[in-house]
Amino acid sequence: MIDLSEIPVAKPAKGSAGKTGTWRVLRPVIRYDKCTRCRLCIMYCVENTIDQEPNLYPKIDYDYCKGCGVCAQVCPTKAIAMVPEVK
Amino acid sequence: MMFLRGNAACPGCPIPKELDALLEVTGKKTVLVVPASCTSVILGDTQGGQPSTVPVIHSAFAAAPAIASGVAASLRMRGEEDATVVVWAGDGGTGDIGFASLSGAAERNENILYVCYDNEAYMNTGIQRSGLTPYGAWTTTTPSGKKEFKKPLPLIVAEHRVPYVATASIAYLNDYQSKVRKAKSIKGFRYIHLLSPCPPGWRFDAGLTVEIAKLAVETGVWPLYEIENGEFRLTSISKVLVDKSKRKPVEAYLRYQGRFSKMTPEEVKALQDYVDKMWEEIREMTKK
Amino acid sequence: MLVQKGKVLALVGNHAVAYAVKQAKPQVLAVFPITPQTTMLEKLSEYIDKGELRAELIKVESEHSAMAAIFGAALAGPRVFTATASQGLLYMTEMIYWVGGQRVPLVAAVATRAIASPWSIWDDHQDFVSKRDAIWVQMMAENVQDAYDITLMAFRISEDPRVMMPVMMGFDGFILTHTMERVEVLPDSVVDEFIPPREFKLIDFDNPLGIGAVATPDNYAKYRKKAMEAMERAKSVIKEVMANFEEITGRKQYGLTECYMCEDADYLLVGMGAWVGDMRVAVSRLRERGKKVGLLKIRVFRPFPREEVREALKGRKGVVVFDRAYSFGSGGVLSLEVKANAYGLTTPIHTVVAGLGGKDVRPRDIEGALEDLTEGKLEEERWLA
Repeated sequence: MIDLSEIPVAKPAKGSAGKTGTWRVLRPVIRYDKCTRCRLCIMYCVENTIDQEPNLYPKIDYDYCKGCGVCAQVCPTKAIAMVPEVK
Repeated sequence: MMFLRGNAACPGCPIPKELDALLEVTGKKTVLVVPASCTSVILGDTQGGQPSTVPVIHSAFAAAPAIASGVAASLRMRGEEDATVVVWAGDGGTGDIGFASLSGAAERNENILYVCYDNEAYMNTGIQRSGLTPYGAWTTTTPSGKKEFKKPLPLIVAEHRVPYVATASIAYLNDYQSKVRKAKSIKGFRYIHLLSPCPPGWRFDAGLTVEIAKLAVETGVWPLYEIENGEFRLTSISKVLVDKSKRKPVEAYLRYQGRFSKMTPEEVKALQDYVDKMWEEIREMTKK
Repeated sequence: MLVQKGKVLALVGNHAVAYAVKQAKPQVLAVFPITPQTTMLEKLSEYIDKGELRAELIKVESEHSAMAAIFGAALAGPRVFTATASQGLLYMTEMIYWVGGQRVPLVAAVATRAIASPWSIWDDHQDFVSKRDAIWVQMMAENVQDAYDITLMAFRISEDPRVMMPVMMGFDGFILTHTMERVEVLPDSVVDEFIPPREFKLIDFDNPLGIGAVATPDNYAKYRKKAMEAMERAKSVIKEVMANFEEITGRKQYGLTECYMCEDADYLLVGMGAWVGDMRVAVSRLRERGKKVGLLKIRVFRPFPREEVREALKGRKGVVVFDRAYSFGSGGVLSLEVKANAYGLTTPIHTVVAGLGGKDVRPRDIEGALEDLTEGKLEEERWLA
C-alpha cells in the first residue's frame, strides 16, 4: 500500500558501506597450527567478519575485515599476525 | 548474525559488536531508536542499505526517548508487547542534549530499554567534549584536558526509581548480554550504560579496543554493576574490586590513551582519588 | 450519501476540535499544555478517562517530545494526534520538519498565538505561518464549525496514499479556541465511514526498514522532489475530500479558497483565519453603500492555492491582503504569497498588517482600509498598530 520509493528508508544489506576490506592497512593472518579454536577472535571481532568453519576453526572474511587488529590482540596463543597489505 | 558486516564504523569501533550482542538477545522483534550519533552513520543510507536486520527509527538528537515512548504505546495498542523498544544513544544524546526527554521517559516508567553507548565525547562530529567526557581527557574543545568530572549518569537515572539500571563493557560480553537478557524480561524503563572505547577519539591503536575496555574495569574506573528495583549489586570481576589492593592503578588505563597524555602527576592523582572515593561510595551502596 | 444530520451542540473551539479528534479515533496522543490550547488537552484527557476515547495519552515533558512521541507512534501504525500553540510550536519545530520529511501522516491542531519576546498569549498567525516550509499541509479555520470540519478532513487527507503527509489545522487562539458557537457534529458512524481505516505502517518486523536513514545528496534531492509532487497532488485530494464532506454534511466547503461577493468585484480583500468572519461583514456593508468589493478567503495555506489566487486577482482594480504575521525585512507573510502569484499581473496589491499579539481588529477597521483602497487612499503597506 505504501509506496516505499516515496519516503526515505533503508533496507538491510551486507556491505552497506561497500567492500570495507579495502580499508585495510594490516591484514590479520591466522596461523592455524597455533589456533586452539577458543573462539575469542570470533566473539570479539567488532565487525563480525570472522566466521566459524564446520571444523570449528575461524575464517576471516577479507571482503569486509577492516584490519583493526582486535582479533590479534585478544588471541591468547598469538596465532593471528597482522601483516602489511602489499599492493 | 543480527548486525551485518561491511558497515561504516571506524576500524576497531566496538559499536557494531555491541549492537550485534544486544540484538542476539532481544531478537528479531526489536525496534532501535537511534538519535544523532556515530551509529546514525554506521546505520548506512537509503541507497546502500543498513547493517541492522531489525527496524530502525532515526531520531533527532534530543528526541529518542520520546519517539520510543510513542513506539511502545503503539506496540501495546497492537498487542505486541513481546517486542523490545530499544533506544541506542551516545553519551551526548543521553546526558546532554537528550537529558530532559530521557528523564521524562524514565519518570513515566516507559516500557523502553535505553542503552547509552558511552564513548565519552561527541565523536561523530570529531571529538568534542560532552558532559560525560572524563576528567583530564583531551578533546578538540578541551585542548589541555577536561577540568570537570564525568556526569554520573547511571546513578542519576537510578534516582528516577526505575526498575533496572546497569553498567556494562564490551570486554565483558557475557556480563553485558546477561544484563540485556535480564532487562528484556523486565517491564518498564530499563537503562544500560555501556562504556564504548573509541580508537580515534581516545587516541589508541584500533587493535586495543577490548584491552582498553578491560583496563577500565580492572582499574575500577568503570565499575560493573546493576541496580534492580533499587538493590545495588556489583557484577563480574568488579565484585572483588571493592578491595583497593585488587584494583590496578588508574595510570594503567590512562597510559595507552593519547587523550590522557598531557595529564600532570597531580591530575592523575586527582583522578585516582576520585576513583577511590567512588569505590568507597560503592562499598556503602553494597551494604544497603 | 444522503445528508447526515448529527447533533447540534454549543462548543468552544478547543472542545469542538477535541470532539472531532475523539470521533477520528486516534490511538496515541501526546500533548503538552500551553495556552490557549490547554483546554483541548483537558477535554481529551477527560474523554480517555471516561473510556469515550480508547487511546493512550503520553504526558510528555515538552512539545519537542510531544511531536517525537506521536511520530514514533505513527510509524508503528496507529492514528495519532497532538496540539500546541506559539512557543510550543516553535519548540517542536525540529520534529515538525522531521515528521514532514519522513512523510508521516498525522494531525496537529495549532491554536494560533503570538510569539515572544515579549510574552503574549494572544492571537496572531506568526506561529502557524512559520511552518510553511516543513512539508505539512496547512489549513486554517474561520469559525468553530470550520475547526471541527477541518479536523475531521485533516485525518483523511493526511492518510490518503496520494498525499501521505502531516496536516496542521490552525485556528485562532482565544477568538476560536475559547468562544462558544453552534456546532453541528456528525454521528460517530458517519465519521467512521468518512475516515477509512489507517493503512500506514512502517515498523514491520518481517520487513525491517531504517526509517530516516542518511540520504546522500542525490537521494535527498529526489525525496524532496517527491514531496513537492505529493504537495501538488494534495490540492486535488483536498478538493475531493471537501466535496465528499460537503455531500455528507450539506455544509458548503468551497475548496482551497472561497470567494465571497467577488464575482463582479473591482476591489478584493484577501484574508485567512477567524477575522474572515469580520471581513464578510465589512464587505457586505461596503456593498450596501454601492462599493464593488469582494473577499477571497485562503482556507488552505499549504499547498498554497496558486491557481485560484491568481485567477481571483485577474481584472481587479486593487487588492488588499490582511496579514496577521510579518516577515521582518520583507513584508506581510500572506501578502508575499499573494504577490508571488500575481507575477505579470498589473493589479496593485496592498498590505494591512493588523491583529498582531491579539490587537483588536473590528469590522470597521477592515471596512476603513477597504474603503480607502477603493478611493486610492490606501498605502502600499499600512500597520494598524
